[in-house]
Amino acid sequence: MVYKTLTKVILITSFTVGVSSGAFAADAKLMMGASDAMLANTCAGCHGTNGASGGPAAPTIAGLSKDYFIEVMQGFASGEVPATIMDRIAKGYTDEEIGQMANFYVGKPFVKAVQTFDDGMVKQGEKLHDKYCEKCHAEGGQSAEDDAGVLAGQWTPYVAWTLADYKAGHREATKKMKKKLEDMLAKEGDEGLQAILSFYASQQK
Amino acid sequence: MKITRRGFIQTAGAATAIGIAGVPYIALGAGKKVVVVGGGTGGATAAKYIRMADPSVEVTLIEANKEYYTCYMSNEVLSGERSLDSIKFGYSGMAKHGVTVVHDTATEIDAQAKVVKTAGGKSFGFDRCIVAPGIDFQWGKIEGYDNAAAEKIPHAWKAGPQTALLRSQLEAMKDGGTVVIAAPPNPFRCPPGPYERASQIAMYLQHHKPKSKVIILDPKPKFSKQGLFTGAWKKFYGFGTENSMIEWHGQQEEAGVVAVDVGANSVTTAFGDEIKADVLNVIPPQKASEIAFAAGLTNDSGWCPINLKTFESTLQAGVHVLGDASIATGMPKSGYSANSQAKVCAAAVVALLNGQEPGVPAYVNTCYSIAGKDHGFSVAAVYRLAEDGSKIESVSGGLTPADASEEQFKREVLYAHSWFKNITEDSFG
Repeated sequence: MVYKTLTKVILITSFTVGVSSGAFAADAKLMMGASDAMLANTCAGCHGTNGASGGPAAPTIAGLSKDYFIEVMQGFASGEVPATIMDRIAKGYTDEEIGQMANFYVGKPFVKAVQTFDDGMVKQGEKLHDKYCEKCHAEGGQSAEDDAGVLAGQWTPYVAWTLADYKAGHREATKKMKKKLEDMLAKEGDEGLQAILSFYASQQK
Repeated sequence: MKITRRGFIQTAGAATAIGIAGVPYIALGAGKKVVVVGGGTGGATAAKYIRMADPSVEVTLIEANKEYYTCYMSNEVLSGERSLDSIKFGYSGMAKHGVTVVHDTATEIDAQAKVVKTAGGKSFGFDRCIVAPGIDFQWGKIEGYDNAAAEKIPHAWKAGPQTALLRSQLEAMKDGGTVVIAAPPNPFRCPPGPYERASQIAMYLQHHKPKSKVIILDPKPKFSKQGLFTGAWKKFYGFGTENSMIEWHGQQEEAGVVAVDVGANSVTTAFGDEIKADVLNVIPPQKASEIAFAAGLTNDSGWCPINLKTFESTLQAGVHVLGDASIATGMPKSGYSANSQAKVCAAAVVALLNGQEPGVPAYVNTCYSIAGKDHGFSVAAVYRLAEDGSKIESVSGGLTPADASEEQFKREVLYAHSWFKNITEDSFG
């Protein structure tokens, strides 16, 4: 069955969407203009229905700040944010589409991960968080309002790997974060990092 | 004017066909019944996402089995890395979304009368039907290998008891034994699957029966993720050396299996070599599942041609086909493809039932393989539909780089396990 309105769709959508990443390898003309939900639901196979990941590593992408979502996706596409697979995927979307996906997921609840953690390190982790992280990752790392990543209840391997990337210099932190992270590591070492991770993982409600 | 339900649907269909979108009366009181045939990854996802998008649509899922075993990750069951139970999924999640699940076998899909009939003697009327029947095997293409032979020599390409059988044979095999995997010709379910299987079996043998080996006999000249697999095989299993635990023989050597001797547990290749195995795994050539043929949904290729925007059959109006059985030109036959196609199809079906034009589709595939301890890799693609509807075209994606760091290969294992957790929850939960 051929839809006659195919032509209509093409007229409306083709070339009105700027292909910013320049990575579209296809030479055939493509149908553009998918809805927010259509685009966003393609993520759910890896990140969970409505962006709530069941883990153990893939991060929850629901309930983040819109700016943060867009910044990270664009960072994957440009190569600024290191990735295993997301660099290959993010290049497939225009800036406008990334904005659409962000719109969809901003409105979905961040469901905190149920995961194991070192109970004995939580208190120390909370102290270190307050000292080094709370200014930008407010409310114990729960807030999305500050346009920084949500850390409380995020899957630990993902947070740990992201921190490892910052530490190794594979990912560029903001000036403030770089300084705080370096200070923290100089004083508290990897044990401090583990404590902070335990504190984030302990927040499950 | 008195409008019967049947007449009403025809009116709606006609309106859609001539491009009058959004005529308000079409949706009023029109039947919104969907029958989904097949409760694998594609069928379950479609049922769930229809209900999520429009709870006024009545969805009935017809599936013979009470439990579904995913083919993906079943290779980890063969190596003992995970239990068979961990790849088993029931249908309680469907009920949560208000999907009516009927455990019966669909035997007939009448696109004209808009009814599905079952082996149990029941009939289910529909306004639109979604068929996600998965694969079947072309018995007879390999001489001596049929359904009965598979009870002794497993294909294990539909997971469940077949997976358990192959696992038990691997466990019973003596050290120094030879495992032979007969890989299938294209197109088939899960293109990297046979090679991940060889890797997982080699991993098991390395720890438990280190004098053993795995031989892959392949009718194809090359295979999916070949560089990444052979890289891993060199790293872990001595590939290319005299003591390699994995050997791959392809079309170049006419190595495809043409005959199986069940009594001797041996195979004959196209070249004429007879190879005896201690454990034999024959993955036969494939086609769409039986119900697709019975319903007139297949063409000469043995698969189902579809409109790539809506997944509606080009042969039977009102019946949609997705997943492995469909000809989704441009996409591989994978679990993620089926899940992604199901969402495109679900959105199109909801639109059509509400008298609207289906929206612009977007598709993704991601597929992980675990080839050794802490060694996973992936292929991914983001797809768009070509404007002329001829092809689902990849716009970005590709493979894990061959020179990826050990850390990246390691992370991809945990991401593979996350992928499994989330895709099964997204489909069945």
